[in-house]
Amino acid sequence: MTKSLSYRHHPLSVVADQRALLAHGDVPRFEDRLQQAGIEALTRKTLRIMQINVGKLCNQTCRHCHVDAGPDRREIMSWETMTSCLAALERSEIEIVDITGGAPEMNPHFRELVEHVRALGRHVIDRCNLTILTLPAYADMVAFLARHEVEIVASLPYYLGERTDAQRGTGVFDRSIDALRMLNAAGYGQPDSRLQLSLVYNPTGAFLPPAQEAVEADYRRELARRFGIIFNRLYCITNLPINRFLEYLIESGNYDDYMQRLHDAFNPAAAHGVMCRDTISIGWDGALYDCDFNQMLDLRCNHGGPQHIRDFNAEALDGAAIALGQHCYGCTAGAGSSCGGAVT
Amino acid sequence: MSDYYEPSDLKRFREIAENATELGGKFFDYYGAVLSEGALTEREKALIALAVAHAEQCPYCIDAFTRTCLEKGSNLDQMTEAVHVAAAIKGGAALVHGVQMRKVAAKLSM
Repeated sequence: MTKSLSYRHHPLSVVADQRALLAHGDVPRFEDRLQQAGIEALTRKTLRIMQINVGKLCNQTCRHCHVDAGPDRREIMSWETMTSCLAALERSEIEIVDITGGAPEMNPHFRELVEHVRALGRHVIDRCNLTILTLPAYADMVAFLARHEVEIVASLPYYLGERTDAQRGTGVFDRSIDALRMLNAAGYGQPDSRLQLSLVYNPTGAFLPPAQEAVEADYRRELARRFGIIFNRLYCITNLPINRFLEYLIESGNYDDYMQRLHDAFNPAAAHGVMCRDTISIGWDGALYDCDFNQMLDLRCNHGGPQHIRDFNAEALDGAAIALGQHCYGCTAGAGSSCGGAVT
Repeated sequence: MSDYYEPSDLKRFREIAENATELGGKFFDYYGAVLSEGALTEREKALIALAVAHAEQCPYCIDAFTRTCLEKGSNLDQMTEAVHVAAAIKGGAALVHGVQMRKVAAKLSM
């Protein structure tokens, strides 16, 4: 299994160097491209989603991982930081708590966090890699998620094994199918069920995702025909050129062309709909970011307010300019991309 | 001749309109319209274009439509079958002319 960049002491594990590399390419500055399209700045709207990254620990080491997560990462959110998240949530109107990682279920406080968020009456999303649900240590996880009506947003980059395994590791596709069958059996994705199952397509290489509705129809047909699996919706997410996907782009000789492709596909309508406008992203250590990608590049919120969840001030975020970089081209290309799929 | 075709030259395709602006404009408008969704989906059109690119052995078109097919959601099995369609038609076109050969040979022979 591949090791994380961090474990390998790869030059890209220094995020400041990643930012510098991205900033010095041939593609025009993202801010300039926005201005060229008549968008002076990307600013925050009303906060709707709290995305909590509970850590970088994962049972997989996917080749495209923007978190550089893996079994060799040990950074996980403490219960103390989670209580700060819960306190901030309690005094806000945030509707959705989106829990991500790593494999979020591997955080020892994951269940307690879910229980508390649900007790506050907020919707919970678990960004699940699927294979974690098949491990003996997590045998009761599906029942737990179902009991708390947690929405599952599950990674399945393609409906065929070869492409999925090429990105996520040998055998991952078969175990993902096993997990999807477990979820279906528990009521996830079934007609009229409250248990929502969303799948995530992301390109298995240096190209943009297809139209979401077109590939959703493919998934629906092929997963039903081949495996008897059903689901509620499919999200298409573009790979952003950071961490291990950046490593892949450079090593495969695709970096310059990919950045140019993202730039050429810039879509002003997508820029208006990007997720960072209504999301706050919280790092494993409680630091605040505009999105999970900025988090991985250590680009903090520049709202002038407190930088840690323990001092959270939602008002300070309202209308604040979003911290931008060249990686932002990934969310504004084509139909746009967000944790909720296409944005146009 | 190995660098006669530079992949980066594809980006210069539109320069062809510089000395014939009106004709170039008409061509590129037509090209865009042809490949847009119509009675066929963009994905189907990209697969046809990929097959034709191989029949014509145009390196620029192969580069461009391989990427386009992936970005329209086609997979390698489907794209390979499209190339086989091109190969079958090209091969069939050669072979069916064997009828001409047989007719000429029959006329010339006792």
